[in-house]
Parts: sequence; C-alpha cells; structure tokens
Amino acid sequence: MSHADDHQGTRRDFIYYATAGAGAVVTGAAVWPLVNQMNPSADVLALASIRVDISVVDPGTQLTVLWQGKPVFIRARTEEEIAAARAVDLADLPDQNAENANAVAGADASDENRALSEDGVWLVQMGVCTHLGCVPLGEQGDFGGWFCPCHGSHYDTSGRIRKGPAPRNLPVPVASFVDATTIQLG
Amino acid sequence: MSGIPHDHYEPKSNFTKGVEARLPILGLLYTTIMAPTPKNLNWMWIWGIVLTFTLALQIITGIVLVMHYTPHVDMAFASVEHIMRDVNGGHMIRYFHMNGASLFFLAVYMHIFRGLYYGSYKAPREITWIIGMLIYLMMMGAGFMGYVLPWGQMSFHGTAVITGLFGAIPFIGESLQTWLLGAGAVGQPALNRFFSLHYLLPFIIAGLVIVHIWAFHNTGNNNPTGVEVRRGSVAEAKKDTLPFWPYFVIKDLFALAVILTVFMAVVGFMPNYLGHPDNYIPANALVTPAHIVPEWYFLPFYAILRAFTADVWVVQIVNLLSFGIIDAKFFGVLAMFGAIFVMALAPWLDTSSVRSGRFRPMFKWWFALLAVDFVVLMWVGAMPTDGIYPYISLLGATYWFAYFLIILPLLGVIEKPLPMPATIEDDFNAHYGPKAGGKTATPAE
Amino acid sequence: MFRKLTLAAVLALSANTAVAAGSEVHIEDFAFSFEGPFGSYDENQLQRGLKIYTEVCAACHGLKLVSFRNLHDEGGPALPEDQMRAYAAGIEVFDQSMNDGEGDFRPATPADKFPANTGAGAPDLSLMAKARAGFHGPYGTGMNQLFKGMGGAEYIASLMVGYEEDPACAPEGFEGSYNSAFAAGGFPEECIDEHGHHTVPGSWIAMGQPLYGDDVEFDDGHSTELHHEAEDVAAFLMWAAEPKMMARKQAGLTGVIFLALLSVLLYLTNKRLWAPHKHKED
Repeated sequence: MSHADDHQGTRRDFIYYATAGAGAVVTGAAVWPLVNQMNPSADVLALASIRVDISVVDPGTQLTVLWQGKPVFIRARTEEEIAAARAVDLADLPDQNAENANAVAGADASDENRALSEDGVWLVQMGVCTHLGCVPLGEQGDFGGWFCPCHGSHYDTSGRIRKGPAPRNLPVPVASFVDATTIQLG
Repeated sequence: MSGIPHDHYEPKSNFTKGVEARLPILGLLYTTIMAPTPKNLNWMWIWGIVLTFTLALQIITGIVLVMHYTPHVDMAFASVEHIMRDVNGGHMIRYFHMNGASLFFLAVYMHIFRGLYYGSYKAPREITWIIGMLIYLMMMGAGFMGYVLPWGQMSFHGTAVITGLFGAIPFIGESLQTWLLGAGAVGQPALNRFFSLHYLLPFIIAGLVIVHIWAFHNTGNNNPTGVEVRRGSVAEAKKDTLPFWPYFVIKDLFALAVILTVFMAVVGFMPNYLGHPDNYIPANALVTPAHIVPEWYFLPFYAILRAFTADVWVVQIVNLLSFGIIDAKFFGVLAMFGAIFVMALAPWLDTSSVRSGRFRPMFKWWFALLAVDFVVLMWVGAMPTDGIYPYISLLGATYWFAYFLIILPLLGVIEKPLPMPATIEDDFNAHYGPKAGGKTATPAE
Repeated sequence: MFRKLTLAAVLALSANTAVAAGSEVHIEDFAFSFEGPFGSYDENQLQRGLKIYTEVCAACHGLKLVSFRNLHDEGGPALPEDQMRAYAAGIEVFDQSMNDGEGDFRPATPADKFPANTGAGAPDLSLMAKARAGFHGPYGTGMNQLFKGMGGAEYIASLMVGYEEDPACAPEGFEGSYNSAFAAGGFPEECIDEHGHHTVPGSWIAMGQPLYGDDVEFDDGHSTELHHEAEDVAAFLMWAAEPKMMARKQAGLTGVIFLALLSVLLYLTNKRLWAPHKHKED
C-alpha cells in the first residue's frame, strides 16, 4: 500500500467512526423516551403531593384524608394525649424506631421524633395497621390511641405499637407545614 | 438457501463451530446479511429498508402507547389525551405512531410502483409479489383499525362506513357486518376487537415480511435492467453483485436518514397536517361530521369505490345480468377490492418478455399515466361527489383497470423492446466505467 | 337496516359537502406568536386569554382535559405557583370521594381538571383549536394548510370577530346570530340565489356574541379591543389543545439537526464505501 493510500485510509476511518458515533447517539436519543414513558406521568406526580387544610381540626379530633390511595390520620392532640405520649419509657416500646420519614434515619421512637409540630399538637401518620393493613380506629384501645379491630393491635397516643401482633409503629409520611393551617403530604 | 452462488459461512472458532453444528443460525444470518445484491440498484431500491424500519417503529411505539391506552368507549378518547398531555414524552410517541402510518403507506406505494415499473413482479418473483400484496392488505386493515382507536368522530363514523362496505355483500352482508361489529352498530364490542386485531396484525405483517425477504433472497433481487445475475459460478456472480453488508446497508441507511429528517420535521412542526380535525372531537353517534374522508392513503381506492354509481352503464348491465343481486353499492365494493386484485395478478397479465420498463418504450408512457392516475384518484377521493368529480373518478378508475387488464397484456405483443445490456456488470460499467486495468468488483477490504 | 344506515351516512356526507361547498367563510390569517417551526407561546398572551376564558367563556363552556397544574407549566401560561393554586382554589369541583362516597363540592386543587361545560350544548373547549381547521384547499390539495398551518386558532379568533349585523337578505328573527366565519350553522333560503350559491359568507350560529371588546380588564393594561381579545383567547385555547407544542418543536428541531448531520455522515460514508467500485470517483 502506498503512502497516499494510507492517508486516505485514515480519513476514511474517521468518517466511518464519526458515522457510527452519530448513529449511536441518535439511536440512544430515540431509546430514552421509550424508557422514560414508563416513569410516573404528570397526573400521577401531581397526586403524589397534596395539601390539607387543618384549620377545621379542633384539638382532640382527627382528620382522615386519602393520600395515594391510603388513609392518613391528621390529629390535633390534647395536652393530656401529648403528656401521656411523652411520659412513656422508650424501653417499653416493641418498636424503638421513630418510623418517621421526616426524621433522620435511626431516630428513636420518642414522641418528639414523631410529632409534626414542635409543640407536639400535630401528629400525622398513615392510617394503615403495620400488621396486615387494616385501618385502626381512633381513641380506642388500652393506651387511648388507636386500636386495630382486625387482630387487636393497640397503639398509643403517639401512634406507637404497644400491644398486639403489629410489628411496627404507624409510619409518619413525608409531611410539612406550608403555613399555619395547611399541611403538605408528600 | 439456494439462489445466487455465494460464499458460505465458515465457522472459525470452536464455539461458533459448536453453535453452527447444533443450530445453523450463524450461517443463516451470514447468508442473509451478506446476500449477493445486484450492484446497479438505484435509489428506488431503498423503500424495503424504509418499510422494515417503519414496521419496527410502529410496533415499538404501538406497544408503548398500549401501556397508557384504554380500549373503552368512555375512556379511549381521554386516555389518548392523557398520553398527549401527561405521559412523559407521550405526545411525541403518539405523533410518531400517527404519522408513522403515513410514512408506512408512502413507502409502500413507492415500493409497489417501483415493482410495477421495473417488472419486479414477473417470473420468477410472483410469490414475492403476492406476499407483498398480502402485506399491503394487512397494512390497510391495521391502518383502518388503528384509526378507530382514538374514538374520535372520524374513528366512529369511518368505522360505520367501512364496515358498511361488507354490509353491501348480497345475502350475507348484513349478518357479516353484525358479526364484524359484534352489535347492531359501532360500539364497545367493535372498539375492543379492533384494538385486539390492531395489535395482532403488525406481527402477522412482520412474519409475512420475513417470508417476502426469504422469497426474493432465493430468486435474487430484481434490478433496474431486469437482467438476471449470472449464476454460473461464485466468481461470475460476484461480477454482477456486491454483498448486502456493507454496501447496501449503508446506502439504505443514508436514504433512511434523509427520509427520517423530513419525517421528523413533519412530526415536530406539523404533526396534524395529515390528520382530520374532526378526530379531535369525541365520538358522537348522533352527529355525523360534515366530511367523512378516509386517511390520504386510502383515497385512491375510496375514489374507485365511489366511482361506480347506479347511472354508469357497466353497473346497470351487471345489475341486470345478475338479476339485481349486484347493485351499485356492491359493485363499488367489488371494484375497490378488484383494483387491488388486478394489481396482484400483474405477473400473469404482463405478457412482455422484457422485465424492466427501462427497455420498453411504449410501456413507459402507460406506466407514467398510471402513476398520474393514482395521484388523481387520491385527490378526487377527497372531493365532493357532485359536479365534475364523479366523472374524474370514473375515468381514473377505468384507466386503473384498463392498465392491468388491457394495456399490460397487449403491450407485450405489440411493443418492440429496446436493446438491453447483456449483464448487470455491463450496465454498471456503462454508468461508472470499468476500473483501471479493466477489472471490476473486488469488494473493498 | 345497516345498508340503509350506511347509505344514509353516505348521502348525508354528500349533502353536507354540498352545503359546505356552497358556504364561503371569512377566516382572517391572524399572526400568532406560536406559528412556524420557531414560534412559541407568549406567556402574557396566554394569561390574558385565561382571564377572558375564565370571565366569559367559562360561563357556558368547559375545559375538562386541562388540569389547573398545567397553568404553572413552562412553555404554557407559566403562572407563578401561588397564583395557580389561588386560581384553582377559587373554583369548586365535585369530588365523589367526599361524604363517604356520596360526593360533594370542594375547592379545586392543582391536580384537578377544569370543570366540564355548564351550558347546554356548549361544546368543551379543551381541543377546540385542534378540532377545527381555518384553512382548506385550494381544490383539495391542502396547500393552504401547508403554508398557513391548520388554522384552528385563526378559526376561533375569526369566529369571535365574525359576528356582524344580519345581512339585508335575511328574514326578520332568523334563528341564531349571523357570523361570517361560521360554516355549519343555519342559513335562510332568502340568502341563496337561483344557482344555489350563498350570497353572504358564513351562517347563523347558536352561540350569541360572547366578546364585544372591553369585556375584561388586564393588569398589564393590554388593549381590550375585540380584535385583541379574540387573538388572546384563541391563543389560550390553542395552548389548551396542544400544551406540549413548545416541547414538540424543540424535539423536532433537535431531531432534524441530528438526523441531517447523520445523513451527511452517511452520505460521505456511502460515497467512500462505493468509491473503489465506481470508476469515476476513484
């Protein structure tokens, strides 16, 4: 092969590689939307976060809202309930974990770590029994908190499991105050 | 595989030898990818690849759309809008699928007319041609049923009219139409089954495409001269051909990229140009849209359907001879399917000993007229049925039949063909000149 | 029965096309900001259009495919989030899940959709700008739509400004309002000449004139002339019908550029590949 041929060969190779590269980029760009379309769509995402008006919740009552297909308990607790929840010896708890999506990982199950507001009034938790998924009843059970009628799990006024087959405390979902009377879930 | 003599796959490693001994798939792939291809193929031989690509595009985007679509009369329209508004990139995927149908038919018409001009249908490629016609019919079915799914006004009333064609068949028509719709009128049963069939047909098409390719790999491709590849030996065949990979793959990919550039511009900038605004109105059985017009790719045959009205004398004679069984409407249906049927019969209607239109001085003009006729029929199919338009349809439809039934058989007898090159190599060299030293066609390294 | 039905459909079709052929309409080719491959929605115009929709159209029409959250979307009206939430909260929607499944009205959230129509016979406007074509022909070739666009928004704007005094030929009290841009309405026989041609453009539409000019007040002090209002509300409805138009054109442009580049590279590759076999290019 002559020198001239060599030179031509290099140029030809460059075009071949450039074409293959451009082809790969175009193919990749075409494949990504096909993958991405399976991610949650805009309407699903819009429902992933909802705002709840809590101005209507009086102390000692509970608002149950449906969020992502599951009930969420939003309770304005009374002074007595807060005091009862905070008096508990953490060593007595079957589940020592806060189970709070807003708290740091591994936080203990103290009431301060579970309540949404500093003053402890607002408690937001999933209304799904951690045993087999029934919806617990409020202001019932041996500890004045929630009681699951399906298999008799008792939760205290902080939503922590105290007695019965349920393994964990009622989980606290991602929640935050938008303003004094609005809570955003998710 | 028989066909043009070619080099066979020789497994080199122990692994490939082992695989080949158990399942000769590597050899099959090699033979397919390296198929000897006439080296004088021109730019009209790109549509096969475009069609294969479009079929894949439609299947892939279709499967994705089905992940979000709901085949229910109350939800279909809203689910399509859900795709258009909320699904990630859904509007692009849906517009690709929607316009992909147009690309598919554009390519298939170019492919068919390529075959008609260069005599690709003639012996020994009749089976390839017939399978192609079957694919075309399946495409029409898939295209029609796909158009039903968004459940807009055109979907709904188009379905009523098209299934009504089957209702025109004497004696069994009415039961046939009820059977097709699963009810007395277009509704949930029709939507559900058309959805099922719309999903099925592309896979049947894909199967037929494989047979189509298998068939012409046996006979070898036709080429612009219509002269067959020499088959005396591998060396002789190599003078007329080059392997499909990389020569024709790259050439076809280039053409595909150009076509997709235009396609992308249509999808990006005018995705609804080829559609009907009425299909953005949810289906309503009580209100018929002002203009029911099929998609552009059905228009030539729709025009033929409408051309034969009761005041055409042929229709009257047939009506009389059949004791009134064949009325104008049924005649129209027969004409529409007949128009495709006569095209399928082209291999036996064309009596010429010469394959390619390039060497047929009279045929050329008649063929050009057929192409014009096709475009005119497409245009007139969208026009109202009053004034001069019915006469144009009738004239166009008549020429369509005359071309296949009269002109093709006669031309073969009266036409004096032009001199043809003896080999494909000669034709190629006439265009590009022999290489220095008179040697040709040693494939690049 | 089916034969008759189909025949009726075919007849209706030919009759309708005949009517349509007889009625000329006047569609003005408005210059919208979103036309052409590089055109984009004008946020301020969409917000003005939203106001007109809310204060005038929404009295009868619905917009049931559009969600309130969409008002916050980039490439759309892009209302600030708090304004979008406030807009939604100002509208009551029916929620079947309330009151133990009996349903009740509540203020809308961003995830809710605009209410459906409230007026009898008033069509939903979500897709109106795509369900109508302003431009046709000439002679069935589709050239006008190729160069001017489908004309859905132009049609809506022309309809808004198309209300005129009843023409002299019309009898007293003919049903509907005369509109020079509306093709599919009633038409008095008195206005058809002996050849069957309509002597005046348009027809009589059931919807009374919705916009007269000065129907709303804009915070930015933009003109509230009828012509401007019509343009604004038509632009808003175009966005409602095609909310992803900006994303689509962006994708289209990127795709065209990349594919054009790939075409050039493939052309060069192809040329080089074949060069040894084509003497002239050796």
